[in-house]
Amino acid sequence: MNVGRLIILEIMHRKLGFALAVATVATSVAALVAVAALLGAHDLRTTQMLDEMNAETDRMEEDFTREMKAYEDGVRKTMKGLGFNVFIFPEGQELDEVYADGFASKTMPETYANTLAESKIVTVNHLLPSLTRKLKWPERERIVILIGIRGEVPIAHRDPKKPLIDPVQRGRVVLGHELHRSLGLQEGNSTTFMGREFTIEKCHSERGTKDDVTIWMHLEECQELLGEKGRINAIKALECNCASIDRLGEIRREIAAILPGTKVIETESKALARAEARNKAKKLSQTAIAAKKSETANLRADRERLRLEDGQKYTALLTVVILVSMIWIAFLAFSNSRDRQSEIGILRAMGISTGSILAALMGRAFLVGLAGTGLTLVLAVLPSGVLRESLHGFELQSLVGYVPIVLFSVPALSCAASWLPALQAANRDPATILRNE
Amino acid sequence: MSELTLRIANTSKSYAGPEGSTVEAVREVSLELAPGEFMALGGPSGCGKSSVLLIAGGLLRPDEGEVEILGNNLYQKNRAQRAAIRAKHLGFVFQQFHLVPYLGALDNVLAPSLAQPLPDATERAMELLEQFGLSDRRGHLPSALSVGEQQRVALARALLAKPKLLLADEPTGNLDPENAEGILDHLGAFAGEGGSVLMVTHDKRAAERATRSIRMEKGRIPITQS
Ligand SMILES: Nc1ncnc2c1ncn2[C@@H]1O[C@H](COP(=O)(O)OP(=O)(O)O)[C@@H](O)[C@H]1O
Ligand SMILES: [Mg+2]
Repeated sequence: MNVGRLIILEIMHRKLGFALAVATVATSVAALVAVAALLGAHDLRTTQMLDEMNAETDRMEEDFTREMKAYEDGVRKTMKGLGFNVFIFPEGQELDEVYADGFASKTMPETYANTLAESKIVTVNHLLPSLTRKLKWPERERIVILIGIRGEVPIAHRDPKKPLIDPVQRGRVVLGHELHRSLGLQEGNSTTFMGREFTIEKCHSERGTKDDVTIWMHLEECQELLGEKGRINAIKALECNCASIDRLGEIRREIAAILPGTKVIETESKALARAEARNKAKKLSQTAIAAKKSETANLRADRERLRLEDGQKYTALLTVVILVSMIWIAFLAFSNSRDRQSEIGILRAMGISTGSILAALMGRAFLVGLAGTGLTLVLAVLPSGVLRESLHGFELQSLVGYVPIVLFSVPALSCAASWLPALQAANRDPATILRNE
Repeated sequence: MSELTLRIANTSKSYAGPEGSTVEAVREVSLELAPGEFMALGGPSGCGKSSVLLIAGGLLRPDEGEVEILGNNLYQKNRAQRAAIRAKHLGFVFQQFHLVPYLGALDNVLAPSLAQPLPDATERAMELLEQFGLSDRRGHLPSALSVGEQQRVALARALLAKPKLLLADEPTGNLDPENAEGILDHLGAFAGEGGSVLMVTHDKRAAERATRSIRMEKGRIPITQS
């Protein structure tokens, strides 16, 4: 006879009590496994989701890089054939003034246009000299922009091209929308400007730019009115063409060689518009990628927060389950030892130590923990295939690393819960039990 | 002079009664038991017999007085030492048998071997079962045994470790006359072989089987008897 045999025989005799305790432990361990599985599945799902997002971001970045490269290659190829426009301003002209006012305050000889036209310049196709001033229309007390223009200066070494802008004839003016509207002028009317009689050639419709307060007239007449004979303040060069990517640099070098000191800026060209569109597209793509990345970061944060919340919720739940189980185990242990009062009393009378009796009771508690844990672990392995779907492919088997600690700690908890009832039972005075009534 | 098996000297024991009163269950009781003596302790119910038996068995510390088992002053020892003395020298038999319900007859008889290693315990247990006519009952749980059989298992268990003193509290109280005779025969035989028996009983017929019989009254043993 030994304590182990005593424990086993007692368990086999009081199967129901033992089974109840085992079921309690099994339930707790099942709750533990469920929580571990749910959190594990959550983590797995998070990893899957983040992987998907990152893959998509990578794909977007790859696409973007490829597209940008293709686009730049395309631009490089079409750049040559694509016309672009520049303004040439007088030497010494401050460009910030040009940007602020829309025209140059300094002037240069009109012959510059001819010099350019007669040079061997290859980058420039059309040359349009002009003289622009902002002034008060004395007869009408209005601030206007006066532009004197003339037809294209034919480029000497090429066939003359068709002029791009209809030049205004002498004695005629073209009025911007705001001017003819507010002054009640119409095409064919005549009007006086700085003491000269003009016929209104054309009334432009609204453009929403300073063109609406502009008067166009023939360059020569403009020069006469402004006392700037033979002077201009800008040459517009249209449909320029360059072989290199650095087209503005190329054209500047070429013009500087012919007209030293003049300032060249690019304007209103198709290539510029394309470059802007490209930059816009690039920005859009980058914004989309950045958005995707921040979406990924948000998702990660969301999932982590959810994980934390779930973790706290589950931990609280698990704590309650474990506490209730331990209380129940303690109650079952108490009830078991109460059933065994007479047995414990007689064993004590026989001289069996309280230590041995405690060992018998605690051994039983340990087996309760062990059997409950074992039962759950065995049951947990069986349905894992079924659960896999709802656990996002999370494998319960992956929790196998926790088995040793659970196999150790659950019986320990069962022993802890049974400790006080066992201690009380082992130390109860045998005299009170054994005294005949 | 051979050593006394049991010496109880001037022991008294009071219990807390209802509403602050005290119940003086044992008053200055003294008694001595030599080897081979079979003593019956009689008296009306509630006169303190069971208390004396528990005091003698080291299970109830008296308020006053001394108890010696084979020269060992029981209550000067600690609990573990008293347990060892019980395991070695004492056997208990109770009216309610107090068999371990999940152990078969043989395992019940072997239970004292939990307290100390007993060489050839199983053979001895088998012999005792044989002697008590229980050979064919050794695997039976107490619930499958008659009351007579149960008390014989309890007696066999008390005898496993070859004690010097048997303490029996109303051992025949739950038995029919035939089975009671059997138990008394065995107790007599134990004393006949040099053992000492202190048997608490209020049954006059049982008391007649003892070599000495004393009566308690209201916690006391009248001087004339001891
Ligand atoms: N634990 C106890 N608490 C209070 N009174 C007790 C206790 N045990 C016994 N008594 C009382 O002590 C007296 C003696 O009891 P007991 O020794 O069992 O007598 P007997 O065995 O002769 O019937 C009785 O009056 C009983 O009620
Ligand atoms: Mg009694």
